[in-house]
Amino acid sequence: MSIEVRNLSKQFGTFAALRDVSLEVHSGELLALLGPSGSGKTTLLRVIAGLDVADAGQVLFQGEDATDQHVRERQVGFVFQHYALFRNMTIFENVAFGLRVRPKNVRPPDAEIRDRVHDLLKLVQLDWLAERYPHQLSGGQRQRIALARALAVEPKVLLLDEPFGALDAKVRKELRSWLRRLHDDMHITSVFVTHDQEEALEVADRVVVMNGGRIEQVGTPDEVYENPASPFVYEFLGNVNLFHSRLHRGRAWIDGIEVDAPEHAEAEELAATAYVRPHDIEVDRVAKDEAALAARVTHVLSVGPIVRLELIREDSKDKNPIQVEISKERFRELQLVRGDQVFIKPRRFDLFPNQIH
Amino acid sequence: MSTFKQHSILPGFNLALGFTLLYLSLIVLIPLSAAFIRTTELTWEEFWFAVTTPRVLASYRLTFGAAFAAALVNAVFGLLVAWVLVRYRFPGKKLIDALVDLPFALPTAVAGIALTALYAGNGWIGQYLEPLGIKVAFTPIGVFVALTFIGLPFVVRTVQPVLEDIESELEEAAAMLGANRLQTFLRIIFPTIFPALMTGFALAFARAIGEYGSVIFIAGNMPMVSEITPLLIITKLEQYDYAGATALAVVMLVISFILLLVINLLQWWGRRRSALA
Amino acid sequence: MNATNLPATSRMRRPRATQEPAWVRWTLIGLALAFLTLFLFVPLILVFYEALKKGADVYFAAIIEPDALSAIRLTLTVAAIAVPLNLIFGIAAAWAIAKFEFRGKSLLITLIDLPFSVSPVVSGLIYVLIFGLQGWLGPWLAEHDIQVIFAVSGIVLATVFVTVPFIARELIPLMQAQGTEEEEAAVALGANGWQTFSRVTLPNIKWGLLYGTILCNARAMGEFGAVSVVSGHIRGSTNTLPLHVEILYNEYNFAAAFAVASLLALLALVTLALKTVVESRITQHKENANEHRGA
Repeated sequence: MSIEVRNLSKQFGTFAALRDVSLEVHSGELLALLGPSGSGKTTLLRVIAGLDVADAGQVLFQGEDATDQHVRERQVGFVFQHYALFRNMTIFENVAFGLRVRPKNVRPPDAEIRDRVHDLLKLVQLDWLAERYPHQLSGGQRQRIALARALAVEPKVLLLDEPFGALDAKVRKELRSWLRRLHDDMHITSVFVTHDQEEALEVADRVVVMNGGRIEQVGTPDEVYENPASPFVYEFLGNVNLFHSRLHRGRAWIDGIEVDAPEHAEAEELAATAYVRPHDIEVDRVAKDEAALAARVTHVLSVGPIVRLELIREDSKDKNPIQVEISKERFRELQLVRGDQVFIKPRRFDLFPNQIH
Repeated sequence: MSTFKQHSILPGFNLALGFTLLYLSLIVLIPLSAAFIRTTELTWEEFWFAVTTPRVLASYRLTFGAAFAAALVNAVFGLLVAWVLVRYRFPGKKLIDALVDLPFALPTAVAGIALTALYAGNGWIGQYLEPLGIKVAFTPIGVFVALTFIGLPFVVRTVQPVLEDIESELEEAAAMLGANRLQTFLRIIFPTIFPALMTGFALAFARAIGEYGSVIFIAGNMPMVSEITPLLIITKLEQYDYAGATALAVVMLVISFILLLVINLLQWWGRRRSALA
Repeated sequence: MNATNLPATSRMRRPRATQEPAWVRWTLIGLALAFLTLFLFVPLILVFYEALKKGADVYFAAIIEPDALSAIRLTLTVAAIAVPLNLIFGIAAAWAIAKFEFRGKSLLITLIDLPFSVSPVVSGLIYVLIFGLQGWLGPWLAEHDIQVIFAVSGIVLATVFVTVPFIARELIPLMQAQGTEEEEAAVALGANGWQTFSRVTLPNIKWGLLYGTILCNARAMGEFGAVSVVSGHIRGSTNTLPLHVEILYNEYNFAAAFAVASLLALLALVTLALKTVVESRITQHKENANEHRGA
């Protein structure tokens, strides 16, 4: 089932959680809502679920207006951040709950409920825990039970609020790929909220980056990482170096280095910032041309296949350290140690005119 | 409506709040306001006269004086009991911990006759005090004893959880820095539990000034000497002096509300203190 | 594993740096115990001693005497009405306050606590001012031959007033701490209001509910001041157990007074025992819940 939201706005007191948000979720896709805390991602998820009501705007399921539908009628499965398992019920009863509370005429017989619950517990690989209570389970197990419970009512849409937020790093990684595989098997339209960019990029079909109640960018993980639409997305997805720049009629000067900037042909003497990923910076021992910046190595971290360098520019007023990532081979070629002088040059960059506040 | 209540998908808000307000109004608010409205039948001079006769003034002195003294004793010994229950191990501790709440659970009339029998001239304790010239039963001291009994759990139960929450690291740090136990107590522990201690004191005091059941048996109820204000209200009521009884009740109510405010402020202070820590 | 195998004493023992010398410890324990003995234990023991001093015959005679039995009946009746009323009130108030955000919430909580800070005598008096012969509704009630003051209904009203806060104030913090996620999950899974409350909320608060009910019941059966004002002390008719104790005592029938008082003291002890048991269940429940939230 597809989901569409149109022009959603919501205020909490003086705080605008959502400002005119519109979004389409395609049928069968796994979509991530990514953003820092307070960006409105959880509010958007709760409005889609029907747990919260927006001040303005519409929610459509499969093209039909569901704005005024009660959460009970929306047929959504919701997985809460802290799982919200019923602490007084066994795992079995937790999963069976959604079936047991159905009105008599549509409630499946007990035998069928039992089979369905056991199938779901098998699906999440925890059928051996059926008679335990939630507090006897680990965080990762609770997470999977919460998912099984949401799936028991055969929802048309699955919504997950920070599904891995409360888990430790190792379990997070395992559950992440497990969720991805589960989604590939079931193809249920799913939306999950996360503040962890790695999680969003690794798991989702498409990523929605949110900030300050607005959507900054929507795209596949590759699109949003490779072509960030705004400085915010640049900074939020991965590390980035900022260079003071100037734009003038299709030309740009990045810390003095002159480059082409055809997409800014209209710009007239604009202050701008160049965003450069650490792996998009070329490092050399000698300056190959004039378009290179002199810098000194202040720190070398050579653990793993990627070597991280920290540099300070020598000929610039800007003394913010520059982060550079180079391959191990390149590092061996250069034989860099702390204190060495190097010349750097941005290989790929994006220019954004500075916001005038 | 939208500014009054935040949206929630949970049902039953209107029903639950409506019932709560109706019930509170019928049982608590309307009857309480009756006391205030009835006093308006008196002129200011009449009211002032009713609540300042010498007999009434004597009852204030006794009620507030004994309540204050009892709350003070409870602050000292309540802190001691809380300390001992939290910090030390000794046989029967669990039983004693449970029995601290006895004054909450024991009907006040039972406490009243038990204390009277105990402190009467021929009682278990009274017989030893009498030769020393100390009369407890049927004197203001008896009022103080009864009020100490009924106020006992308040300080213990407000200080106990705060004392339990003090991290031993704080005390260890103080010890590492060279403080002895007394210094640690005075400079680290006491300031931490002080808001709770004050709250417990105020709760015990508030309870004591309104107390009736445990006091009337042991007090002797002699006008001008050992007659507490609540008893005076009943006396006036029995003489069909409704206006006089109501005027006194209003004085008591106003003082109760002020104390309630003070207690709320103290609790807020305590919460803020622990939030800052 | 090692730590859990150690006996409780060695885990509990505080390190020497933060422990007082033994003589200080035992002096403090001694002082505290002396205070408690003097003010709590001796009076309690005295009630039973005085009750049984004249033998079991006198004791039981005092209890099965018709006026005493009628007082027991009345006390049970009053509690049987007042406690359920305040139970329903407590649940409704806690549901509204703990599960929803609305304006004026803290004022409402203060209002619920109000009866605790009102003198019992004043609690009785305000009902006399409304229902008494000279009260607002007095003439109307007299016309219709309805008696509230000096009758059972007045006793019930005064008892309800003084016990209003007990259950609500137990439930409100408990339900606030539990949050609304479980209920939201239930609704999202299709449960209706009653199913959500009875299957999710109620099992989570049952111990707190029981705790509040026990305390509420103890106060309802033991209330003296408020009831004394509205009762009229009519033997065999409007006398509750505590009032019966007073009458017997004032008649210098000490043995009987203490016999009846011992029933109330027993009630207090049972209350404390139940309270302790329920408290440990609540602590356990909380620990489970913390475990449940954490990890």
